[in-house]
Amino acid sequence: MQKKVFLNSNQIDIIINRLICQLIENHNDFNDTVLIGLQPRGIYLLDKILDVFSKKHTNKKIIHRNLDYTFFRDDFRRGEKTIKPKSSNIDISIENKKIVLIDDVLFTGRSIRAAMSSIDSYGRPKSIELMVLIDRRFKRELPIEANYFGAKIDTIKGDKVSVIWGKEKDNDVVYIER
Amino acid sequence: MGQLSVDNLLGIKYLKTEDIDLIFNTADHFKEVINRPIKKVPSLRDITIANLFFENSTRTKLSFELAEKRLSADVINFSSSSSSIKKGETLIDTVNNILAMKVNMIVLRHPNPGSALLLSKNVNSCIINAGDGTNEHPTQALLDTYSLKQKLGNLDGKKILIVGDILHSRVALSNIYALKLLNAKIKISCPLSLLPREIESLGVTIETEIDKALSWCDAVNVLRVQHERMEKSYFPNNREYSMLFGLDRKKIDKLQKEIIILHPGPINRGVEISSELADSKDSIILDQVENGVAIRMAVIYLLASKMNYQ
Repeated sequence: MQKKVFLNSNQIDIIINRLICQLIENHNDFNDTVLIGLQPRGIYLLDKILDVFSKKHTNKKIIHRNLDYTFFRDDFRRGEKTIKPKSSNIDISIENKKIVLIDDVLFTGRSIRAAMSSIDSYGRPKSIELMVLIDRRFKRELPIEANYFGAKIDTIKGDKVSVIWGKEKDNDVVYIER
Repeated sequence: MGQLSVDNLLGIKYLKTEDIDLIFNTADHFKEVINRPIKKVPSLRDITIANLFFENSTRTKLSFELAEKRLSADVINFSSSSSSIKKGETLIDTVNNILAMKVNMIVLRHPNPGSALLLSKNVNSCIINAGDGTNEHPTQALLDTYSLKQKLGNLDGKKILIVGDILHSRVALSNIYALKLLNAKIKISCPLSLLPREIESLGVTIETEIDKALSWCDAVNVLRVQHERMEKSYFPNNREYSMLFGLDRKKIDKLQKEIIILHPGPINRGVEISSELADSKDSIILDQVENGVAIRMAVIYLLASKMNYQ
């Protein structure tokens, strides 16, 4: 398989700033908004967003939590291995809140469906939006689309997209393996 | 490790330390689930579980049923008093008939030791032992050690005392196996008449003086005197047992240190433990009950994950 850089750290940085601007446009003061990073990989994008946001918008405070949706997946007992759950920390009421789910890659849409079902068990939010860094177009198995996306990739079966979050900001990178 | 090393939960004896770690880690997540406003996940919506209780039970039966329902399994309950067992049907025939109704998993409580093992060898289903006579009660030991771990942290080297009717207790044996796997030090204290032969071979020490035993331990698991399993008298009377081995505030205050008190229930208040102590802040009896649901959800979920999708 050939590994190609799709986005480098500069490009990711620009994208994250754009995504934050789009969020501010729609959520204004974030009073009724909760950003939710999806385990296991979406929490890193959430961390990046919070990091950039806190430096540039010191007057706004964002409520954020992490969500694991393992028990809501639709592939239980379909695979060789049992998927190990990660932690959720939604200790606030999400009733009537505007939820933004955050994940690194949108692929078949099944993870997002599981996450939306999982969110239901914490209450009835006012709305749910989806933000992803990478949207793998034409691979959807469910009618799910992102409200905010960093970049779209056209991939074929067998392609692998990996988002690597480096310890230093300069090391963030998105690869396509084909 | 992502999977249990066993296909049935027949006893702690058959588990590895990694299995217990996996069950505890999974239970942590289910504990979060059962504290949500909606305490249900859809994982087992295509699984049917039969709870076969050939002995009386309140806590264990309700806890299993709640765990199964929280996992969205279909649940059927069976009690021997209203069944064809009374007409002479064998255990294996009864279970095979239940399995013919497309049941996927059996939770069995039975008065005969080894009944869960017997069933696992003769029927084609996943079996969870919910207590087999005086042999094992694995989910009780898992929830006891899980509750202890929440209070004491790592159990490696921790001193755990088991007091009570060791001879007739399946909880004692399962707890000893579980605590050994977690590297805890175990002491037991009871009248010599209630001490099983060769119990030391399991790696436990014995102390018949309760005050000495209590001053040694970090936590004490108080077991019920099981009058229903006693064919003869093992001690003169409840009052004498209570004076010598029953836990009360006076015995605990003498220690001048805090210890954690567990009891698997049901409690004989005033016999093995005083009411005051059972309801005190030292007791984690209700934590055990809460953790029981999470532990049983974890066990059922992990065993179901090994069953092929049909």
